Amino acid sequence: MSTAIADIHEIPAESQVNYLNASYGIKSWLLTLDHKRIGLLYLGTITLMFLIGGVAAVLMRLNLIEPTGALVEPDTYNKLFSIHGIIMVFFFLVPSIPATLGNFLIPIMIGARDVAFPRLNLMSWYVFVTGCVFALYAVAAGGVDTGWTFYPPFSSSYSHSHVVAMALGIFIAGFSSILTGLNFIVTIHKMRAPGMTWFRLPLFIWAMYATSLIFVLGTPVIAVTLLLLAAERLLHVGIFDPAIGGDPLLFQHLFWFYSHPAVYIMILPGMGIISELITAFSRKKIFGYSFVAFSSLAIAIISFVVWGHHMFVTGQSIYAGLVFSVLSFVVAIPSAVKVFNWTATLYKGSISYEAPMLYALGFIGLFTLGGLTGLFLASLATDVHLNGTYFIVAHFHYIMVGGAIMAYMGGLHYWWPKITGRMYPDLWARFAALVIFVGFNLTFFPQFVLGYLGMPRRYGVYPQEFQVLNVLSSAGASILAIGYVIPLVYFFWSWNYGPPAGPNPWGATGLEWTTSSPPPTENFEHSVIVTEDAYNYPTADVTSE
Amino acid sequence: MMGLSQFGLNATKAAASSLALMIPMQPPAASTISGDIDQLYYLLTGITLFFTVLIFSIIFYFMVKYRRRSNDERPPDVHSPLVLELAWTVIPSLICVVIFVWSSILYIRSSRPPAAATEIFVVGKQWMWHLQHPEGPREINELHVPVGVPVKLTMTSQDVIHGFYVPAFRLKKDVLPGRYTSLWFEASEVGTYHLFCTEFCGTNHAEMIGWVYVMSPEDYAVWLSGGENSEPMAQQGEQIFNHYTCGYCHVADGTGRGPSLVGIFGKPEKLSSGESRVVDEAVIRQALLQPNSVPVAGYAPIMPTFQGQLTEEQILQLIAYVKSLGVQERASAR
Amino acid sequence: MSETAVNEIAHHPNPTGFAHQFEDIDQQHEAGRLGMWIFLATEILFFGGMFTSYTIYRALHLPSFVIGSHLLEVQFGATNTVVLICSSLTMALAIRSAQVGKSKSTIIFYLVLTMILGALFLGLKLRFEWYHDYLEHIVPGFGFVYRPEWGSAAPGVQMFMCFYFFMTGLHALHMVIGLGILAVLVGMAARGRFTSKYYVPLEISGLYWHFVDIVWIFLFPLLYLIGGRYAAGG
Repeated sequence: MSTAIADIHEIPAESQVNYLNASYGIKSWLLTLDHKRIGLLYLGTITLMFLIGGVAAVLMRLNLIEPTGALVEPDTYNKLFSIHGIIMVFFFLVPSIPATLGNFLIPIMIGARDVAFPRLNLMSWYVFVTGCVFALYAVAAGGVDTGWTFYPPFSSSYSHSHVVAMALGIFIAGFSSILTGLNFIVTIHKMRAPGMTWFRLPLFIWAMYATSLIFVLGTPVIAVTLLLLAAERLLHVGIFDPAIGGDPLLFQHLFWFYSHPAVYIMILPGMGIISELITAFSRKKIFGYSFVAFSSLAIAIISFVVWGHHMFVTGQSIYAGLVFSVLSFVVAIPSAVKVFNWTATLYKGSISYEAPMLYALGFIGLFTLGGLTGLFLASLATDVHLNGTYFIVAHFHYIMVGGAIMAYMGGLHYWWPKITGRMYPDLWARFAALVIFVGFNLTFFPQFVLGYLGMPRRYGVYPQEFQVLNVLSSAGASILAIGYVIPLVYFFWSWNYGPPAGPNPWGATGLEWTTSSPPPTENFEHSVIVTEDAYNYPTADVTSE
Repeated sequence: MMGLSQFGLNATKAAASSLALMIPMQPPAASTISGDIDQLYYLLTGITLFFTVLIFSIIFYFMVKYRRRSNDERPPDVHSPLVLELAWTVIPSLICVVIFVWSSILYIRSSRPPAAATEIFVVGKQWMWHLQHPEGPREINELHVPVGVPVKLTMTSQDVIHGFYVPAFRLKKDVLPGRYTSLWFEASEVGTYHLFCTEFCGTNHAEMIGWVYVMSPEDYAVWLSGGENSEPMAQQGEQIFNHYTCGYCHVADGTGRGPSLVGIFGKPEKLSSGESRVVDEAVIRQALLQPNSVPVAGYAPIMPTFQGQLTEEQILQLIAYVKSLGVQERASAR
Repeated sequence: MSETAVNEIAHHPNPTGFAHQFEDIDQQHEAGRLGMWIFLATEILFFGGMFTSYTIYRALHLPSFVIGSHLLEVQFGATNTVVLICSSLTMALAIRSAQVGKSKSTIIFYLVLTMILGALFLGLKLRFEWYHDYLEHIVPGFGFVYRPEWGSAAPGVQMFMCFYFFMTGLHALHMVIGLGILAVLVGMAARGRFTSKYYVPLEISGLYWHFVDIVWIFLFPLLYLIGGRYAAGG
């Protein structure tokens, strides 16, 4: 068995007063100002949304077993892929790590008692839930069929689906992101404990800071864009309608101005988690701390100037294409720097293979592959062939699922004992990680091939010759689904029946491991003064207390 | 240098095809640019596989060699040399530069049609493709083209955004309402190839598909002259022109209320703001649908709009007619 | 508590309004200010999307925008501009009163004056501009009628009016929210919460109010003054 067993001298979690048992009752949860409880509220909400988006995906893949569509009519298929994309992007991936792990960990990792604006934090959860309600209403009332990209004039003048309700849901959820990002920036700037200088911060904080910059600067643009789209649809006025002088491409520019940085919102926190996991499970400080820290900022900044690579085939000028292509290559470099630094961190480390580490290693490999396929798309000539095909679908799922979700799972497994005070069964966890890894690759690797062969995306029916690859992909999807259900089961189980975890079951550094599991409401029993760098493994006392 | 890279490419190709087994890895290569795109694709695949295998192998090696053997292990302090950081920043950057330059050259080539390209006109609508050859024949969801001849497609949509995609040519372009986009290719292999709509456009987006038939020049000439709808587009345009009595204002010798249209296509025209612009398809379309929005020098802005009265196909036929004016004049003047 | 915080408490007890997650009141104030500046940055991006779209369409359809701009009631727009600038002055005076320790009735006086001016802005706009536009059938989506003298520029005129109502509407919404914030501040002032040591809520609300004012200062010329309305012969 692994080394992740509580120290036998540890006081059992139940007899301590911590944030979970400090108060009881539904009001104490729904009116909480504790960032840790708010993180858990978010965890519940986004898990629900993930399941809904996942059901849509399963139905899609089942339909694609047959070239003529095995399960649903075209209109239904169009709604399924739209709902899948909208829910997964706006209601799962964007909030996932920031609102759950970010909310829980940021104050603890910097040595603070809470975030800067706890009431704003609670409000952001209610705003998010309101957005979810609008979105789920749109789904229940019949769904939307515009794709998550909502391109007009189809979405403004032709679609008969519940575009306005869904657009409003996304608009509202966007405010939740803005408030969260604002809270994090102020917290990280102003509430670090004495001695916690910027360059002693854990890299998860750097990643969350960069993510928050994108939250506050990018989200308002999608908000106003969706507002304009809703107005056009409701009032029948032509902002994007060419018939009265509007420009449908203006929508695309405004949409992608947010949605490209949004994909970095979805991956940067995951990268932050990987920095934490690699160091903890090789018991070494990170290789190239400043490079990894600055690469997060570089990615956030450059992400704002590459949006045109989603529009290479729209008929924009050659020069626009060249500029966006160059910048899209530039944005790849900081990510490469991170991958090399993580790999180098393993060198001469003391490596163990608990589930969080398996997820982290899976992330590095799959993110590398997925990120490199991005080069095919930054490259103009190949993008002309690949745009709008399954290659794109495979590319972004490698990053979002093989990357972001694996990082999220790794983070959940790593910090679960801290959040709940309980351990989950590691053998089942490792098994699930393996099932997810296999299922994921079987689902999405064939899609690269499908894409180059020319199968377009958003097709519910397709030419016969693409069937074998589609069936492989659907088979993989069923395995992937099972892989995600297993942790759901053992996490629930561990809440009541898991063995108690001590304050530092992994023997890791970081302020979160110096406090009890679960932490007290005020996060720390004693005042925090920081005197050492992050990941100070070789000289720190690594055994649990 | 070229020989070495060629060898490397062929080696990668061989590796990739051996990976392919029973499953084809690429669509047929049927345009003059397909092979070049495939080469670039193989290079990118090679780079991807190389770095993925490299990272995976190093990780696997480290995982085994440095696995934790005892809980009291103290890993040594490893410093990150600046030279290493610079190396793995600069080398990927150089690789990206190479890919960017190579790709951009191909892209520029595929964006600039040769002057003598045959023009074919495409109107996309939910959920079918209407194509018309200037010589007259119309097609639905099918495109017949001769091999070895550059073809330029001028495209517009009647409703929402569509995408015209021929995987065998490795080319696509979005088709937008309210404007023209264009795509050019030179087919290199006789055969039948998929045509897909590649920008989501509603219920039957997945059924908005068809075929491109690349034929030998002789077969194409035979196909072109057969069939009923063989009135040339310029002639159809002339009929529309006469039907709406456009010649009442647009008198050929320039004495009318509107400018003469003889020989104006492809030439600059002077605007009343003092600037000048070249008359192309988009200019004529705007003049028909939003006349007077950009007034022409020397003429009062009194042209009526034909918004709602002309279909996209009719606009294209009118454009073909205007293009033919001046060409006929020069031809008849000899 | 940190060393410095312990000393703080011994000599300067934290005023009411101190939030426990902070070490001391200064940290809380700095956090509040930084938070408001970041929020204003998001607002700039929010309005920025609209301003960008406006700029592009103005470049593409200038004649329509000129026609549309001349349809607006520039005298009310100009009056409203003066009203808003004055309201920023009264807001700044409210903050100043707190800073120098004036009585709470002085603070309330200036806050209420600001609210009156803000309400005046909204009242003038609603009654004399928007309602008037509605009667003239130039509100898109609410019985917009093309006029023959616009000719083929008509669709662009509707586009301009769309932008007019979106941009001034969004601005007006921010004004309404601002009035709500001011009402809350009046309540806080009435309870004697503001002293020369603790006036940050006034300060950050002032930032918000000035921002809304500045947005209007951009909106007014961009919407009302296109095409040299008062140029010779115009």
